[in-house]
Amino acid sequence: MASKKAQFDAEKTLEKIESQFEMVQVLNEKGEVVNNDLMPELSDEQLVELMRRMVYTRILDQRSISLNRQGRLGFYAPTAGQEASQIASHFALEKDDYVLPGYRDVPQIIWHGLPLYKAFLFSRGHFVGNQMPEGVNATSPQIIIGAQYVQAAGVALGMKKRNKKSVAVTYTGDGGTSQGDFYEGINFAGAYGAPAIFIVQNNQYAISTPREVQTAAKTLAQKAVAVGIPGVLVDGMDPLAVYSVVKEARERAVTGGGPTLIEAVCYRYGPHTMAGDDPTRYRTSDTDSEWEKKDPLVRFRNYLVEKGVWDEEQENKVIDQAKEEIKEAIKKADETPKQKVTDLISNMFEELPRNLEEQYEIYKEKESK
Amino acid sequence: MAQMTMIQAITDALRTELRNDENVLVFGEDIGVNGGVFRATEGLQKEFGEDRVFDTPLAESGIGGLSIGLATQGFRPVPEIQFFGFIYEVMDSVNGQMARWRYRSGNTKHAPITIRSPFGGGVHTPELHGDSLEGLMAQQPGLKVVIPSTPYEAKGLLISAIRDNDPVIFLEHMKLYRSFRQEVPEEEYTIPLGEADIKREGTDLTIVTYGAMVHESLKAAEELEKEGHSVEVIDLRTISPIDVDTIIASVEKTNRAIVVQEAQKQAGVAANVVSEITERAILSLEAPVLRVTAPDTVFPFSQAEAVWLPNYKDIKETAKKVLDF
Repeated sequence: MASKKAQFDAEKTLEKIESQFEMVQVLNEKGEVVNNDLMPELSDEQLVELMRRMVYTRILDQRSISLNRQGRLGFYAPTAGQEASQIASHFALEKDDYVLPGYRDVPQIIWHGLPLYKAFLFSRGHFVGNQMPEGVNATSPQIIIGAQYVQAAGVALGMKKRNKKSVAVTYTGDGGTSQGDFYEGINFAGAYGAPAIFIVQNNQYAISTPREVQTAAKTLAQKAVAVGIPGVLVDGMDPLAVYSVVKEARERAVTGGGPTLIEAVCYRYGPHTMAGDDPTRYRTSDTDSEWEKKDPLVRFRNYLVEKGVWDEEQENKVIDQAKEEIKEAIKKADETPKQKVTDLISNMFEELPRNLEEQYEIYKEKESK
Repeated sequence: MAQMTMIQAITDALRTELRNDENVLVFGEDIGVNGGVFRATEGLQKEFGEDRVFDTPLAESGIGGLSIGLATQGFRPVPEIQFFGFIYEVMDSVNGQMARWRYRSGNTKHAPITIRSPFGGGVHTPELHGDSLEGLMAQQPGLKVVIPSTPYEAKGLLISAIRDNDPVIFLEHMKLYRSFRQEVPEEEYTIPLGEADIKREGTDLTIVTYGAMVHESLKAAEELEKEGHSVEVIDLRTISPIDVDTIIASVEKTNRAIVVQEAQKQAGVAANVVSEITERAILSLEAPVLRVTAPDTVFPFSQAEAVWLPNYKDIKETAKKVLDF
């Protein structure tokens, strides 16, 4: 009897898929250029502006944590460590692009045009914090993990129907890739060839659950295969690599090439949120210090100093400016009038239904006393 | 004027709004070239093109997200959920997202979305097609929920729903799709959302109802008339918000009321109607306000529909209890 020959080599199939997703890197941990071919075309001024925004965002994180501890901010999800994945990806966008952030992606919408004091009001829980100024194309941070993905497919299809040369950009984390809406969002955008960029910030942990518990897939970028769109794996601690892949995805999208899924491999130095999460329960200090060596600020600073366009004085200037603006923004947030029930009722519908009309009168009476 | 079934009146409303407003988009599972599983969108893709009337992948949550995203680009989406039992797949997009869109943005964004979806018993559908889940939606601030019972109202209410700048759930009872024809004007017209309609005037008892139960209630009222009872039948038409004024005016006249729904007793909106009446008109009541509903079980296996669904006999029985109290 001849032995039965396997028709299907499972290991080889997986290897074949996984080998398609090599980590894109431009700068190594020391700030040396390791891939000149992918070096984005950025002027010295642009490089300095990108560094300025990243430093500013690191200070914003430090101050936000401190203000939260003083009770002067509410809900806050730390961002330190993710400056390259958040800020350099946003740097590749245009004003007409539409940003659909997750709850940790406040920095992107600030740099897209949301005033800082409003970002603080979002944290405190005040509707004025969610009122985007006219012309700022963004939604407020999405709390339901995955919802921003299906919505982004719709924004992108809308842009395609309007013949706009712009893209919808949305962010989720590693845990978020397990949601149904994550798959549906990228699948819809793929089926319609819609101009969307889906960014997965793989910061290794979904609260306490490590990335390996989410999926047996070796990379998150390969999830793009399930829907037939390009997937890219990028060093999320490398601002130039992140900028480069987002810029390329944007070009492809606005020229009719459809969506891209980008996995930015990064790390959050802080807790999941400031609502009592303690990362020492599930992370070792060894892992932390390993990732600290990869700090996007350190490698980009080294690169720019070497290039002769950045120095300590410039950096201190940014830090001082950030602290000053944060102080002013908190003051402006403090001065914002308190919310009334009648405000909340008024924001429900264009025309109030009769139950709310009735309740409006009741609360107006209460508020007049 | 033309004689139309409810499904024809719905198609006519969609055609009217696709013509009137280039931002109106109609989409869902099999609504394009196929014209919908009930022919509600028959001929629309041919007339308006694939850019305006298009099929989607089979994923209700994706359809919900797509609607919200399209709204941010100034479109007026009219998505379809094939059967309302599938709403669970898209509860977040509807109740967690679009219903809150205006509020959460502090009135800087809005979601002019109309979700059309068939529901209702009596046509022997398979599992999770006929369930009455309007009560779930009626509990969500930020939504309006509309349920027409006639072809004339289906057209006028759907045009109003599409023109509304906030999300509307438009539920179409499957048994009423083709059960009768009615004169429907060919030109456009609207019926205001949130206003009930008195389908039959009476002085002894008020029946508050909606959907297929409107017709059962009218049948019961006719029989009660023969027995000397004058019954007023109110068709809510919009079940959120409820037209409290029309109900209260009627109860103050008749001093007796029952509420009739196809949904289970623990579901639907009957309990809310009873509460409104007791809060506002208890001194007018000669008897408690009783409910006619389905039993509190899962929607029946199709062969058990006849014994499970409420009908005119149940309505007559409950009406008599209240009349004889």
